Amino acid sequence: MPSDLRQQVRLALEHPHLSAALTRFSEDYRLSRARAYEGVHFEALRARIADRKARAAERLNQLAERFSQAASARGAQVVRLHTPSEVRNYILGVARRHGARLVVKSKSMATEEVCLNATLEQAGIEVKETDLGEWIVQLARQRPSHMVLPAIHLTRDDVAELFSREVGEQLQAEIPQLVRVARQQLREKFLRAGIGITGANIAVAETGSLVLFSNEGNARLVATLPPVHIALVGVEKLVERFEDIEPILAALPRSATAQQITSYVSILTGPAEAAEGGAKEMHIILYDHRRIEMSEDPLFCQALQCIRCASCLNVCPVYRLVGGHVFGRVYTGAIGTVLTACIEGWHASRALEQLCIQCGACREVCPANIDLPELILEVRRRAADVAPLPVASRAALSIVSSRRAFHALLRAASLAQKPFAEGPFLRHLPLWLTEAGKNRRLPALADKPLRDRFPQLPQPRPGRRVAFFAGCLIDFVYPEIGEAVVRLLNRAGIEVVFPEKQTCCGAPAHFSGTPEAAADNARDNVEAFSGAGCEAVISACPTCTAALRTESPRALRQQGWHELAGCAEHLAAKTADFSAFIRQLVEKGALRLPAGASLPPLTYHDSCHLKRTLHAWQPPRQLLRGAGYELREMQESDVCCGMGGSYSLKMPEVSSAMLARKLRMIAATQAEGVALDCPGCLMQIRGGCAAADAPVRVHHTAEWLASLLEATD
Amino acid sequence: MVGKFRQAAEAAGAEVVECRSPDAALAAIARLLKEEGVGQNGQTAVWPEGPLRSRFHPELLAQLLPGLVLEVTRDSAAEARAGITEFDCGAASTGTLLQDASAAAQRLASTLPPVHIALLRAGSLAADVHAAMRRFDPARVPFLALVTGPSRTADIERVLTIGVHGPRRLIIVIYSTEASHAL
Repeated sequence: MPSDLRQQVRLALEHPHLSAALTRFSEDYRLSRARAYEGVHFEALRARIADRKARAAERLNQLAERFSQAASARGAQVVRLHTPSEVRNYILGVARRHGARLVVKSKSMATEEVCLNATLEQAGIEVKETDLGEWIVQLARQRPSHMVLPAIHLTRDDVAELFSREVGEQLQAEIPQLVRVARQQLREKFLRAGIGITGANIAVAETGSLVLFSNEGNARLVATLPPVHIALVGVEKLVERFEDIEPILAALPRSATAQQITSYVSILTGPAEAAEGGAKEMHIILYDHRRIEMSEDPLFCQALQCIRCASCLNVCPVYRLVGGHVFGRVYTGAIGTVLTACIEGWHASRALEQLCIQCGACREVCPANIDLPELILEVRRRAADVAPLPVASRAALSIVSSRRAFHALLRAASLAQKPFAEGPFLRHLPLWLTEAGKNRRLPALADKPLRDRFPQLPQPRPGRRVAFFAGCLIDFVYPEIGEAVVRLLNRAGIEVVFPEKQTCCGAPAHFSGTPEAAADNARDNVEAFSGAGCEAVISACPTCTAALRTESPRALRQQGWHELAGCAEHLAAKTADFSAFIRQLVEKGALRLPAGASLPPLTYHDSCHLKRTLHAWQPPRQLLRGAGYELREMQESDVCCGMGGSYSLKMPEVSSAMLARKLRMIAATQAEGVALDCPGCLMQIRGGCAAADAPVRVHHTAEWLASLLEATD
Repeated sequence: MVGKFRQAAEAAGAEVVECRSPDAALAAIARLLKEEGVGQNGQTAVWPEGPLRSRFHPELLAQLLPGLVLEVTRDSAAEARAGITEFDCGAASTGTLLQDASAAAQRLASTLPPVHIALLRAGSLAADVHAAMRRFDPARVPFLALVTGPSRTADIERVLTIGVHGPRRLIIVIYSTEASHAL
């Protein structure tokens, strides 16, 4: 854990406006984005974008050639350049040839990537960013903290101060006045500039067209007023056909700024008439810088599908706390992590990749259908190959990957903690849980794990039979959840078995980027469950369910253990999450839950893996309502609680801030209890409530339901 | 279609004026320019070539629209209070205007003045931008411009502010060319 990252995170969290401004933004964004997509079939649209962009990414060289021919035929000067220094030199050459003293720019991430402004300034050429946000950031001598809203981290007071210094007069912090000042200051620059530099949102190979999106109108002015136009275009902006513009045109404004369309969309095919008459001089730089390399990578080629809408930042629960100066370099947030790794190298993305909590919110909204959490995990895995995990983490994982050692350790810990336990909470947990107890009280390990209690649970006569997969938290910390699940299944006449040799689901190893350890876990579990002879494997932890269903078979295949992988796939097909399985029993009449009377009103927290991996947000709600509970929905019920497995230990400050917000949302509902379906979230939220002395009871859905059985037993 | 276009354009912050004939459109332009003070205190408006402009004799235009400048240059556009440009077609679902803006005058007149009066034939409306875009051949149109609402920014504290670099006021005058064509 680089301590400077923790330090940066702390500074960002202590900043007086940053988190509050970004959080308000992300709350509004979720709603306005949803409105912008009303009546649009988002899944179909993003499948179309992903398809077009993926096909383009497969043959970037070919499309770049075709683009060059088409745009050259229309009179543009097209050049393909590979490195930042080539780009800087080329642009400097054009500027010198024209004796340009002033360059105006519209927003372009690619020019940020090559550090163009510094180069031009060193050569004595004045550079003006003309996008309002970019200009603000330029005056502040900072870099953009967001790919669409570059100055989102600054307030109107900050802007007033910067503008006052620039114009040499004290300006009030009134936004319309500040915008007027920008208009006046930059208008004169537009009219005087010798060169205009833009990026491009799309480049069409068959026609040689560039598409520019803008709301302010600055891109139009940059491309129109100066006699020379240089467009710097990353090759990943290429699509094959003119009609491929359509899906991007439909998605980019909706995802980026929640608009149906931006104020201006300009499609440039070769030079148009210059403002002084005659044809303009137009240079198009098709820029590679590692993108061709990326396109050849079976996983990272996906990142070339990105259309730079920044929605992955807008919905990220970590970005909204720390901002893009901590969570990003040139490119920010989730896609920024992946692009940084690919373009700058694994060392550069190390700090970014660790900030990702793997909640999956970005994957849900990505209009290019990029599996961002998976790509970030891959960044983590490859970084681990280059720079291995710290010794303590590796030691912990090697223990978890050996069932015997792990279980022996947990049992020992259960005894060792005795002097420190106070009620159901621990002051000082042994193991690697020790540093995480500041704003959250950590649970004690159970006296007796579920595996030892199981033999005492009487089972109905053999008929239907399922196996229970406990997972570490239910087995060793919350065995009562397991008992509740068993009671509910028994009530439906189903016998439950507990294969003794089951072990960790492999998720901790998977999420920390050590696939070999995950495969060891998967092998042990396949061996434990294969002989159990049951119709289904039930888990009451969505992370475990997801691991057994998807990651275990994959981890085994990656190790080349194909026979075991086949068994794991067979097992995966039978694995179900608790709430979905129970709801089926209720629907079929196999289980009747007695309707409770005078039950406490509850609020429901959606766990990341249940909502976004298993897509099961309805079954628990239906079960709880069916049993007579009143559900009071909290705001953003599906935003991560900050647990994220070991994330809460690696990034305790971020985790605590996420938890604090969750607790506020819970309190606002005035519910008396919280229902949730993940023992990890339970540990986080129950611990948070206890530390805050909140009078709210937090239980797994299985417990809320099973308590009704007790009332009638 | 006009109703749908109007609704979408207004939602995007544009004003929409419907006219039954080219003559009525000219009268509407005269009213709008007067409202903006064009023709008084040296205030001007620019209007580059277009099908509606060419229907009227320049002398008539000069008489009806005091302050009008027909020669559009960087300077005349930068000084003008209002720019009048004629669009090739509109997209109803988003209230978008589309134009072959390859002639620099069209871009100067629609971007530099603080007020933009956009003229659109009612009969030119397409259902959406995709259908409208298909009417242009990129090989023949070096600069295809799509305009939806006035210039806007939300770069300071995400507060929507109109008229940052381009026009702060976009007025779309939709006119019918046939007397029988009901709007």
